[in-house]
Amino acid sequence: MEVLIILVPLALSLGFVGLLGFLWSLKSGQYDDLDGAAWRAIADDEPASDHGRSK
Amino acid sequence: MQAEIDFSHYLKSAGSGLIHLDLAVEGINCAGCMAKIERNLSTIPDVTSARVNLTDSRLALEWKAGAVDPALFVNRLAELGYKAYPFERDDAETLEAQRAQGLLRRLGVAAFAAMNVMMLSIPVWSGNVSDMLPEQRDFFHWLSALIVLPAAAYSAQPFFSSALSALRARGVNMDVPISIGIVLALATSVIETVNHAEHAYFDAAIMLIAFLLAGRYLDQNMRRRTRAFAGNLAALKSETATKFISPTEIRTVPAAAIQPGDIVLLRPGERCAVDGNVIEGRSEVDQSLITGETLPATVTPGSAVFAGTLVRSGTLRVRASAASGGTLLDEISRLLDHALQARSRYLRLAERASRLYAPVVHATAFLTMLGWLACGASFHDSIVTAIAVLIITCPCALGLAIPAVQTVASGALFGSGVLLNAGDAIERTAEIDRVIFDKTGTLTLPELDVANLADIPGEVVGLAGRLALSSRHPVAAAVARKAGAASPLPNIQEEPGQGVYGLHEGSPIRLGRPSFCGADDLANEILCRDPEASVVAFRYGEFKYVFAVRQRLRADAADVVAELARMGIAVEIVSGDREPAVRVAAEQLGVHEWRAGVSPVDKIARIEELARQGCKVLMVGDGLNDAPALAAAHASMSPVTATHMSQAVADAVFLGERIAPVLAAVKVSRKALRLMRQNLWLAVVYNVLAVPIAIAGLVTPLIAAAAMSGSSIIVMLNALRARAREAV
Repeated sequence: MEVLIILVPLALSLGFVGLLGFLWSLKSGQYDDLDGAAWRAIADDEPASDHGRSK
Repeated sequence: MQAEIDFSHYLKSAGSGLIHLDLAVEGINCAGCMAKIERNLSTIPDVTSARVNLTDSRLALEWKAGAVDPALFVNRLAELGYKAYPFERDDAETLEAQRAQGLLRRLGVAAFAAMNVMMLSIPVWSGNVSDMLPEQRDFFHWLSALIVLPAAAYSAQPFFSSALSALRARGVNMDVPISIGIVLALATSVIETVNHAEHAYFDAAIMLIAFLLAGRYLDQNMRRRTRAFAGNLAALKSETATKFISPTEIRTVPAAAIQPGDIVLLRPGERCAVDGNVIEGRSEVDQSLITGETLPATVTPGSAVFAGTLVRSGTLRVRASAASGGTLLDEISRLLDHALQARSRYLRLAERASRLYAPVVHATAFLTMLGWLACGASFHDSIVTAIAVLIITCPCALGLAIPAVQTVASGALFGSGVLLNAGDAIERTAEIDRVIFDKTGTLTLPELDVANLADIPGEVVGLAGRLALSSRHPVAAAVARKAGAASPLPNIQEEPGQGVYGLHEGSPIRLGRPSFCGADDLANEILCRDPEASVVAFRYGEFKYVFAVRQRLRADAADVVAELARMGIAVEIVSGDREPAVRVAAEQLGVHEWRAGVSPVDKIARIEELARQGCKVLMVGDGLNDAPALAAAHASMSPVTATHMSQAVADAVFLGERIAPVLAAVKVSRKALRLMRQNLWLAVVYNVLAVPIAIAGLVTPLIAAAAMSGSSIIVMLNALRARAREAV
């Protein structure tokens, strides 16, 4: 059962990292346009020659 | 024309030499539009970011300061086939967005805590029936406490603060039993953990918070979306005003940039965007949006004009005033305040449910404790059982029952062209048994229309329409619009106050007042038959025709009235317009109850009289004169063409030229209310099943968790049934 000493903090810190990730994504506005995001995921990539930046 | 708009009001600095502009774009409705716009605009040099928000139909642009003229974007979008207008987020929308985001953040914290606690709880549940050491169980309980206590302290704040403010006002709301449940569950769990007991309820408490926050977030997000759409609508109207920036110089600016005291120029055919007083000029104006009166009135220096007034003949200079000044506006504001106070006393379904619910639950828990004590159980065991009752009855499904249905139903309504302004609008609209329609602008279309098109040969209409393009008079504009004219005739001159004239293929051609075209007899004939119409005469060589121009009933008005009657809903017309006009409309629609020449005070009086008789009235109106009645009625709707004030107080706004959305709103709301009630009953059934288990002292944390998620999921699934759209 000594393995708990490693596993429990590990599990908790992974959970905490997940939470931080969620808070970051919320803050950076990734939930502002859920309809658009759903389509962006399956949209074709822009051809590289079209414009340098893909938005 | 767009290029004339002064964008400076809307440009914002985004730091490091970048400029930010928000545009509301009409017609973005698919991923294709999104990709097309973003790709096209990012090819403009110096544009650093172009991002479409598909949910809100908006476009955020950033570019290097000084490099690009903002009008270029609007023109480029117009080439792509989208109309775009600059807009500004108003305070109300920003506030709603912040609240929604705050709730989502708390929901995230609660959900993550719930997931991690489950990881600790499941070993305890399974360990209790196998071979877990008491020390290990205590360790897991302490870990759970470590996760849940801070998470609950943060994420349950909305419930605690709402419960506190309700208690301070000596009332009870839904949040009081919720808060008591959460606090007791956490306190018991800590005490039990200290005492090395088998059961702790940390997982149930945090799960409860997460489910309830999900309900709150759905509710808030619905409000945010409505606000955002209302903001777009305001921007799409693109109200501009022509402002004097010096005694001789004018500039077109957004209406939002006009300050009280500014002087504004109004030309024929323009709709006034501000309230104010005429200081120079004389004109016929169409005040139908304000008073419901379709006959034009004459304004002279000193007269008050209101936003929404259409100028018909002369040019006016208007000094913009703050909200006061016009006696009509003062009176309407006073009536409005009064009516809104009355409405705030409406008790929402959820509040009514919680008033019944809280005392019953608390009494049950208390009786459970007394019962166990009477049966000889120890004080500790009795308290723990009573708290288990509180936890299992905590209104998890109840908190989701109504917001989930509201969210789904508002989506269905959105598809039918109805936007909700108020969260409880669905409940109130569902309860109505009588509809009062305003006539002007509600049953009729706000735009003028040619009534006697069938009597005039097609080529004459076409020619008159092309001639009419040279005039700014709204009546002539209606002829041009109806004729679908696109190419104006060359060499046309205007005789102010009379009409337009010129030569076409060698023959004189003119359009204007009947006397200007020598067609008085024809015009009088039409006016005898239809005293409500405005006439415009057309003469080409020796041919003379007179167009009767009037507001036309919405195409589906009669069908909607008939369908409402079939549903057992009484229909009534209450209008500020004069009797003959209202009588004609009522006869055409088959409405037997109608009142004409009704003042704003009398409109409210009529609604209050009906309320005393026990009727629940849905008021549908658009004018400034309808605003108090909209606020006083049990529920209310406005067309999107309505005045600002009416739109702001109405429960819902409907889009388009048809009036069918009113019918759709009633049908969808009724269905939604049915589902809300069903959901509440489902929650009750769940309690009836779960409470005996709790009273018997058999509730383990495992049962609490399963019951809570099970009931929430059933309620959510039932809410989805509101999605089936009504065929209207």
